Amino acid sequence: MSATASLFWLARHELRLSWRDAMAMMTGGRRARLIGWIVGGLAVYALITLIAWFSIRPWVEAGALIDPQVLLVVSGMGLLFWAVTLSQALEAVTRVYYARSDLDLILSSPTPGARIFAIRAGAVFVATFALGVLLISPLVTALVFQAGWHWLSAYLLLAALAALSVAIAMGITRLLFHLAGPKRTRLLAQIVAGIVGAGFVIGIQAAAILSHEGFSRLAFFQSADILASAPDADSLLWLPARAAMGDMPAALLLLCCALAILGVTIALVAPSYGRLASAAAGLNHVRRPRRASAHAFAPATQRQALRRKEWKLLQRDPWLLSQTLMQLLYLVPPALLLWVNYGAGDGTFIVVVPVLVMASGQLAGGLAWLAISGEDAHDLVSTAPLSQSTILRAKVESVLVVIALVLTPLLLMLAVTAWPMALITALCAAVAAGAATAIQLWFRVTAKRSMFRRRQNASRAATLCEAFSSIMWAGTGALWAAGSPLLVLPAIAALGVLGLARLIAPKNA
Amino acid sequence: MPAALALSGLTKSFDRPVVRGVDLTIAGGEFYALLGPNGAGKTTILRMVAGLLKPDSGAISIFGVDALADPVAAKRLMAWVSDEPMVYDRLTPLEYLDFVAGLWQVEPDRARRTAHELIDWLGLAPHANDLCGGFSKGMLQKVALAGALVHDPRLIILDEPLTGLDAGSARQVKDVLRQKTQAGVTVIMTTHILEVAERMAERIGVIAEGRLIAEGTLAELRARIGRETTLEEIFLDLVARGSQAA
Repeated sequence: MSATASLFWLARHELRLSWRDAMAMMTGGRRARLIGWIVGGLAVYALITLIAWFSIRPWVEAGALIDPQVLLVVSGMGLLFWAVTLSQALEAVTRVYYARSDLDLILSSPTPGARIFAIRAGAVFVATFALGVLLISPLVTALVFQAGWHWLSAYLLLAALAALSVAIAMGITRLLFHLAGPKRTRLLAQIVAGIVGAGFVIGIQAAAILSHEGFSRLAFFQSADILASAPDADSLLWLPARAAMGDMPAALLLLCCALAILGVTIALVAPSYGRLASAAAGLNHVRRPRRASAHAFAPATQRQALRRKEWKLLQRDPWLLSQTLMQLLYLVPPALLLWVNYGAGDGTFIVVVPVLVMASGQLAGGLAWLAISGEDAHDLVSTAPLSQSTILRAKVESVLVVIALVLTPLLLMLAVTAWPMALITALCAAVAAGAATAIQLWFRVTAKRSMFRRRQNASRAATLCEAFSSIMWAGTGALWAAGSPLLVLPAIAALGVLGLARLIAPKNA
Repeated sequence: MPAALALSGLTKSFDRPVVRGVDLTIAGGEFYALLGPNGAGKTTILRMVAGLLKPDSGAISIFGVDALADPVAAKRLMAWVSDEPMVYDRLTPLEYLDFVAGLWQVEPDRARRTAHELIDWLGLAPHANDLCGGFSKGMLQKVALAGALVHDPRLIILDEPLTGLDAGSARQVKDVLRQKTQAGVTVIMTTHILEVAERMAERIGVIAEGRLIAEGTLAELRARIGRETTLEEIFLDLVARGSQAA
């Protein structure tokens, strides 16, 4: 390379890094694992495609009628999907500014910062699009085979949504830099990402709860009130829904518009990249004086010292918010349901129990990873005069206390109106949190806290076990709340998942 | 009085033998430098002493405490400082020292006093309440060293503590270590800066291919190779002989 790096050369560099990163995360350095990934991935993909195939079959056989009702549901679900896409794009764009270890090297080279930004924005777009393809392709494949190739238009719409998401994310991030400066942009962007990701879902659920006293988003979109206020079938507002449902010209039009918006946004935002990324990187060298704690050097046991340290680090973790905010925001609808139904009978709350249990398990998994695996001074703690079991116990305690703090207000609200429900929720949430923590304990690997976002990639097995365990405990809670003896089935399944996790966990962990 | 550190027949293998039957005795209050080329096994030996690695065979005794049978009692007596400072980005130096004092169960008043003394001594006072995340490598290493000293260990193990330090910071660290040995603390240090070993260590051990191939005072090592020369020459000569013998 004689001149400064070309766009193509930079794109190839990014692609190579991403590819090797992905391979390393999937295989953990062992090539044999890749075969397992391919076989397992294809099996899961085939199963989901099969489910999609049979789910849409009656609708296709009935003539695939596209009326305002269908357009409304597709638009609503599309908006939900897009909100999550936008949230992920926002987080990814923030990382382009803040979390690249090679920024010093690249920005000190003669390559223009704007060119680097263009490539990285393109990479965010490709990653966002690819994730969407992975999620919707079973459904689209089933539709293409049963109803015709024009259903491929859904991919064009997906590309348009990804481009629009990345463009909006870049605009928001740039605006935040302008309004709040590099010091606060990272935090604010995470809050915006969390609110955008969960906000639409919560908004719809809140509307459903307030208007129908129910929890279903689908039922909300199908309700007569919403349908009555929807525009005519030939309205331009239905363009995205039509594009998703096989209207190729509509999809192409939307894609062209979105790509144009993305191109213009990159052109507008890219010139300031070098300056802003340098300012963001400079934050690492900025002293942040803190007031000395009044509790410093107070008498404490070894476990107390460890717990205090964990809580301080959790409180100050710059990326924690983006990883847990959505989980916390999802607790808003059940809280609203509790508030709306204050004084009602037990039956109303059955739906709340699994949500709280699930949130508890997921939150515990994340925090347990940070406390147990994400130990930045592993050697220090390991050379301290205390047993490994004491260290682990203190870390587990620190996680469970945080979960308890988050759940307690909701449990108290529940207890006021239906104490048996509160008891069931508390028990199941404690078990779900304990199970998620145990899984993180069994699969622990020493890592930097900054690797938190990638913890799912470090062990897919742990992530899947954690998710299935939380789902099963949530199911147990729901059936218990409903008074069904079938509760033993998900409970046994959850214990089975735990047993399996123990079995497949690395023995030297 | 038992030796500060006694190793006998210490072995460790990963995919190949890394430490092969090392016997070593270091007296209390001694400054001992462990030298060796990259991959010789120095860090592995020290990590086994610090309780971070389990040896395949052999014995480790720290002030008479069997470190393999009672690791917690042994850890109470020592401190470990590695070349990568073990510091939390999101704690201040004072909070870090508070945490370390808590782990070693130092009496709170004494911990507070010692922490402030160390902070002053190492020139960290202006940054005592700044998050460590913005610190230079030298400052982080000084915070880590303060952490190692806050619980008054009788044995300090340092693995390349001067790597990446500027001249001023290196001088401060060396002064602290010298004062500690004068106060009776035992120091074992690995270093690639032979001038430091030459000037500070009372005895020097040379490791090659996982074996302790020579040890003694500088004069004894000179006598061993039969000429009056620098430690650098002695080291290179001994390592070359050790490699030929292996």
